[in-house]
Amino acid sequence: MVATRNEVDALLDRALAHSTAEKTEALYIAQDAALTRFATNQIHQNVREHDASLQVRVIDDGRIGVASTNRLDEPGIRDVVDRATAIAKRSAPNPRAAVLPEPDGRDYDPDLGFVSATAEAGAELRAEGARAVIAAGEKERLQASGSFSTTVMTVAVANSLGIRVQHRSTRSTLLTVMMDGFASGAASGYANAGSPDITTIDAEALGAEAAAKGDRMRGAGELEPGEYEVILEEYAVAGLLEYLSYIGFSGLAHEEGRSFMDLGKQVMGENVSIWDDGADPSGLPAPIDFEGVVKKRVDLIDRGIARAVVHDAATGQRSGTGSTGHGLPAPNLIGPMAMDLFMAPGRTPRDELIDGIRRGVWVTRFHYINPVHPKKAILTGMTKDGTFLIENGKLTRPLLNFRFTQSIPEAFSDVRGASSTTKLLPGEFFGGYRVPALHLGSFNFTGVTAAEGGG
Amino acid sequence: MKDLIERALDAAQRGGATYADVRVVERETEGLTVKNGQLEGASSNTSAGFGVRVLVDGAWGFSSSAVLDLGEADRIAAEALEIARASRIGRKEAVQLDATEPVKDTYRTPYQEDPFAVSLDDKLRILMEADAAMARVPGVAIREGNMVAGRERKTFASLAGAWIEQEIVEAGGGIEATAVNESEMQQRSYPNSFGGQSVTGGFEAVRALDLAEHAQETAELAVALLDAPQCPSGEMDLILDSTQVALQIHESCGHPTELDRVFGTEASFAGTSFLTTDKLNQLRYGSDLVNIDADATAPGGLGTFGYDDEGVPAQKVPLIDRGLLVGYLTSRETAPRIGRSSMGSARAWMWSNIPLIRMTNINLRPGDAGSLEDLIADTRDGIFMSINKSWSIDDRRLNFQFGDQAGWIVKNGKRTQLVKNPTYTGITPQFWGSCDAICSSDEWTLWGLPNCGKGEPVQTGHVGHGAAPARFRKVNVGVGRW
Repeated sequence: MVATRNEVDALLDRALAHSTAEKTEALYIAQDAALTRFATNQIHQNVREHDASLQVRVIDDGRIGVASTNRLDEPGIRDVVDRATAIAKRSAPNPRAAVLPEPDGRDYDPDLGFVSATAEAGAELRAEGARAVIAAGEKERLQASGSFSTTVMTVAVANSLGIRVQHRSTRSTLLTVMMDGFASGAASGYANAGSPDITTIDAEALGAEAAAKGDRMRGAGELEPGEYEVILEEYAVAGLLEYLSYIGFSGLAHEEGRSFMDLGKQVMGENVSIWDDGADPSGLPAPIDFEGVVKKRVDLIDRGIARAVVHDAATGQRSGTGSTGHGLPAPNLIGPMAMDLFMAPGRTPRDELIDGIRRGVWVTRFHYINPVHPKKAILTGMTKDGTFLIENGKLTRPLLNFRFTQSIPEAFSDVRGASSTTKLLPGEFFGGYRVPALHLGSFNFTGVTAAEGGG
Repeated sequence: MKDLIERALDAAQRGGATYADVRVVERETEGLTVKNGQLEGASSNTSAGFGVRVLVDGAWGFSSSAVLDLGEADRIAAEALEIARASRIGRKEAVQLDATEPVKDTYRTPYQEDPFAVSLDDKLRILMEADAAMARVPGVAIREGNMVAGRERKTFASLAGAWIEQEIVEAGGGIEATAVNESEMQQRSYPNSFGGQSVTGGFEAVRALDLAEHAQETAELAVALLDAPQCPSGEMDLILDSTQVALQIHESCGHPTELDRVFGTEASFAGTSFLTTDKLNQLRYGSDLVNIDADATAPGGLGTFGYDDEGVPAQKVPLIDRGLLVGYLTSRETAPRIGRSSMGSARAWMWSNIPLIRMTNINLRPGDAGSLEDLIADTRDGIFMSINKSWSIDDRRLNFQFGDQAGWIVKNGKRTQLVKNPTYTGITPQFWGSCDAICSSDEWTLWGLPNCGKGEPVQTGHVGHGAAPARFRKVNVGVGRW
């Protein structure tokens, strides 16, 4: 099922050759994905998917047409090109969007982030990983849920202006939530790891981390909502960063005045730097975008100053900066996306972040984050799977989950410490995030889950 | 295709499966977006493939492929069997399915005007007229209009003898205006956010929206919101329009009544539920006015079909009866655990996904409070909120917070001051317990929600929610610092 590099090239060639349009782009995305899911200490879902699709974008006289198919034989290729062409013919011209990138001569590693061991991992290996996590939970009398997945992905792009790129990568993710029931105050712990290389994921250690956290959460009690100093573990920081990217790091959001990124202005503390780098092997690398542009490193927040946003070919042309290699498949209505994010570590050993906090809250991670006000980057969400009261530099008791409603640039303007180490985490919806744990001066908790749900 | 299905089922049986089903699905979608007077996106997408699900010694295995030939049927069936055998590791309880009888049948979405047969010119003309009307309002920064069409042809067959062919047709559309200044971004959508309104049915539903007719007022409200005062904070009586009631149902009733969540099998991603089975027929979920049904038979609903993806017929069942929890959304695997048979809620997004318990149309029955204006006239001191823009709820579906596009202060039975960024928060049973008025059937709309996410790998769900405006007493509004 997995096509060779030459087979993919030939497929793209056939699509371009069939098109009579002024400009044509062919995008091939193939995915071989497997996922083993477990809950209440046993595997309950176990799935595999083999799929490959061809998407064709044609541009004629400023008119754009896009079509896709997963039928990749000759009739399928002809049909998808014909459908895209027909749409373009009947469309109105849109010169501001009718842009295809040109080759810029920059190089990339076509196998960066590809690990054979991950590609070859089977259901048995995933089941063994699940079993190790479950065993760790059982030791602490906890019910383990989670998933262990592997993905092999190929992205290849060719266009009539000379772009021709192909990248394959692997990814493995293991996550678990461990609980001892569903009532308020029940124990609940969490751990998550992602890597291109499945052999670097230590299921036993990950299970032990979640089990220890879950055990410590037994008997959680209420604390009055309000503003507290907080420690955000890397899971919580990555969750916030994913949403900052979604609402604010895009060139389109910035162009339309929807972003909190006021370029050139101090928007966060001087000790905060955030960048995107799809070619950094310490992340979950993806060195090309879906328009075939080799990704550039983009320094988004540099010592608290909003420096840049990411661009695709269209927003890059309109802004005059050119594409930074962050395009999504056409027709892309949400704009370019930063998906390989890094946040600079600090100098504090992770274990010492808590020192000196007289009274605060420790947050392991957030659940169901959503924007309340994108332009002010006000987000809301719940704490989950490990929320603790901090008193005099120590965790003193577990807490029921809080709801927060908080402007994140405001919160990141008072970073009192960042761990000297960082952790690589897969995004909940997209991308990879390498981030430190943070000590923030203030975070606004606006509600708490009732002790027993009422009723 | 018949050969492929029979080949895969045969291979599964020969390989030791005690149960197997095959779904062959062909999905076709079209999307059209006009932005600021230009055609921003026009696309036509097709995807086809098949999935094989097997039970071996009480453990599930599933594999899927886009290659539709007999050799691949053998290979994918073998892979599903191999995965099922791996699933047996550590298996404590064998999967038991209910006794649903296998059915041979066909179902087709009824419609008047095939959305794929409407020309691009026709569709563009509707969107461009709406765009032009929005453009006449000074201060609008972004004008967007969109249309979607979908057609899914699928065949479900099982070793037990089921053979069901279905064609589900969808259509939808909407408009949105965005106004921005230095510190604010305000949006107004028509008739709803999330792309407007979507139905199972034909293009007649899109024409009925009359987008151009509503475009100017939509744009005017987006601009007016920029200078509106911030929503006040405090405890107030809250009136929600039917679109926001629909999302409130989705998040706080639809999801927590999914029986797989109740049993913890979504704990690691979507979460669990506070509606544990000990609360069935015991828990007072809401006030006596609150009656909520799961109805996969409702005409035009985005969660309407003939059979679910386990071959169970579409049904209408009560979830909340006069405020009492009386039912769950179930599958063939989960229903027997509460002594019931599946009510037909197991649905898969693509051919490459397994069926999960998904909402169908989760509908709040209308009340007798008359029109929205009657309800406002009956409210002395409160706030009216309209069309969702932000949502979040905890993993057990108790603590929620919603933000809407627009709010109006209600004083002495009149809608007065417009306010921006209105939000409200609460705890599910207390909130529904405070419901003291639901508008009458004339105000009831079956809204389509096309962006429900669940499962790993994440599956999108198309679901529906019937709702009328409703009033809730003493709700915490205006959350956070602004």
